[in-house]
Amino acid sequence: MKDNERNETFVHNPENIIELDHLKKYFVVNKAGIKRQKQYVKAVDDVTLNIKAGEIVGLVGESGSGKTTLARVILNLTKPTDSHVVFNGINLSHANKKQMKEFRTEVAVVFQDPASNLNPRETVQSSIMRPLLIHGMKKEEARERARHSLELVKMDERYLYSYPHQLSGGQLQRIAIARALVLDPKVMILDEPTSALDISVQAQVLNLLLELQEKMNLTYLVITHDLNVIRYISDKIAVMYLGRLVEYGPTDDVIENPKHPYTKGLMSASPILNPHDRDKEKYIMGGEPGSLINLPTGCHFNPRCPYAGERCRCETPENVYLSDSHQVTCFMYDGTGVGEKIDDKETISAE
Amino acid sequence: MGDRLLKVENLCIDYKVKDGYLSAVNNVNFEIRKGEILAIVGESGCGKSTVAHSLLQLLAGGNAKVTGKAMFNDQNLLELKRQDIEKIRGHEIGMIFQNPLDSLNPVYTTGWQVAEGIQLDNVPKEEAWNRVVQLYKDVKMPDSESRAKSFPHELSGGMRQRVMIAMMLARRPELLIADEPTTALDVTIEAQILRIIKALRDDFDTAVMMITHNFGLVAEVADFVVVMYAGHVVETGTVFDIFDEPMHPYTSLLMKALPRIKKSEGRLQTIDGSVPRITGDFVGCRFANRCPYATEQCRTQEPPLVQVSDTHSYSCFREGGDK
Repeated sequence: MKDNERNETFVHNPENIIELDHLKKYFVVNKAGIKRQKQYVKAVDDVTLNIKAGEIVGLVGESGSGKTTLARVILNLTKPTDSHVVFNGINLSHANKKQMKEFRTEVAVVFQDPASNLNPRETVQSSIMRPLLIHGMKKEEARERARHSLELVKMDERYLYSYPHQLSGGQLQRIAIARALVLDPKVMILDEPTSALDISVQAQVLNLLLELQEKMNLTYLVITHDLNVIRYISDKIAVMYLGRLVEYGPTDDVIENPKHPYTKGLMSASPILNPHDRDKEKYIMGGEPGSLINLPTGCHFNPRCPYAGERCRCETPENVYLSDSHQVTCFMYDGTGVGEKIDDKETISAE
Repeated sequence: MGDRLLKVENLCIDYKVKDGYLSAVNNVNFEIRKGEILAIVGESGCGKSTVAHSLLQLLAGGNAKVTGKAMFNDQNLLELKRQDIEKIRGHEIGMIFQNPLDSLNPVYTTGWQVAEGIQLDNVPKEEAWNRVVQLYKDVKMPDSESRAKSFPHELSGGMRQRVMIAMMLARRPELLIADEPTTALDVTIEAQILRIIKALRDDFDTAVMMITHNFGLVAEVADFVVVMYAGHVVETGTVFDIFDEPMHPYTSLLMKALPRIKKSEGRLQTIDGSVPRITGDFVGCRFANRCPYATEQCRTQEPPLVQVSDTHSYSCFREGGDK
């Protein structure tokens, strides 16, 4: 079986806290009609990604690119279709109950809309205490931990007795972070942590996240569509397009010198925050992100790619490692130089 | 610079609440000239959308008290009768909103809905349809002919916003009010929509009033910027005035709160506290409770308007603003 082969070749690197090796997550949708053909939504397709402990990784991509599904697979909220999530050397698909329970304390998540993931009928204190009680802590101790956790996110103790509707968006998001921190996790997955917030509050939350990361040596996976936020906080950037990871590398490299044509388009579409840059020549990517159901053959990006050649329409590009930490999925870099678009390759390096 | 198209003077909007009046917008002044893109920016709840909606008398319910003047081609928009404002809506002033799905009827094709507006001018059906297809081409809709026959649910968010722009373009308004036009869209689609709005200004000299909380958009397209805070205009100026030399403490703090740096280069500025609730008897500067320079005077008196240059002004007691 293909799956087993992969397990044999896969080697765990102790530096990595999360390892994904050709991870796939497909959802089945039934096509209407007599034949009842099965169709797949390939939400996560062949993603190979390693996250080192203590890193902040930003995951970007347009809506429907599979970012959130990838996060859900890592959180083990849904099982992968093929391959496994390896967390701290433990393969989650084969983990026993005890290991799973430990995993649950080590990975925490913060969602986009803080108002909708706090129970409106519970006080802040009982929301924060709940995970502790579930993991069998005594009430008194849990209360103490909840207080400490609120301190970490720089909120006054008196908020312990508030209800979510009494708090502002920024406060709610800090409480969501406090709740995530209460079990002392190693990894936090943040799904659009600031996109519902105003700029001044966004700055507060981002600074808080950075401070906590330094203090507690956390690992973050931050999902967002705001490239300016990602540039500020992350060490590495992963770019997804229609279920595939197209580029993954250090923030500076990906922002200043993006390799994949999609990353280039995304970077130049991102709003500038300086009016003096507005007249700079800008490449605006045409087309729409497309759907995960009717995927194009070959490279998923080929219909929108200005460099697409014949080969891009038939074959699927593999991961190419430009350096230890920079990977890209594009034929332009695999060294074979196949395809009639060699001219374009030159214009890119000349840029 | 073109002729003046809209001049808003001393616009105040109060909402009636249980314990008196809640001042949503107070003493707002600005003007827009032909072919100009004006951005009204501010954080949520600062009254920017209320200003835009009041201009077309779109504020819901009878509990909003609107005073002041909004002169558009020698008519005061705020005092027009219902029939008269209806003639202006869509015809002379077009408006697009954040979520285009809310503005489209789900049971008619989008093309039909665009044609409906054109037929109001007694254009025969067939000609109206041809114009719709042309308009779809103008807004760069892929396969415009078949898309005109699509229902709203068959289109993506970016395409729906294009339909809204086509609908608005159909009657060639002099002023376009865009309320958070790209907030629900991906950045790549946002860039496409912004390009269309810019082209509209360049080709037809349409003035655009853009309501947004996104400073990226402002930096990208705006000529002039009005910064609002808690219903007040705290600073107005050209986009370069605001980004290069913000004078009001609020604007200047916001500029430092924008994520323009890397974490290795320092930390972002934060603004502590929150927006106060502004009721009828509120006195003083509305930013005073969060302002690092606030004095006793700020809490008791309304700050004066300081003119820095012809285009640039701010309202603050502090001499030299945040310098």
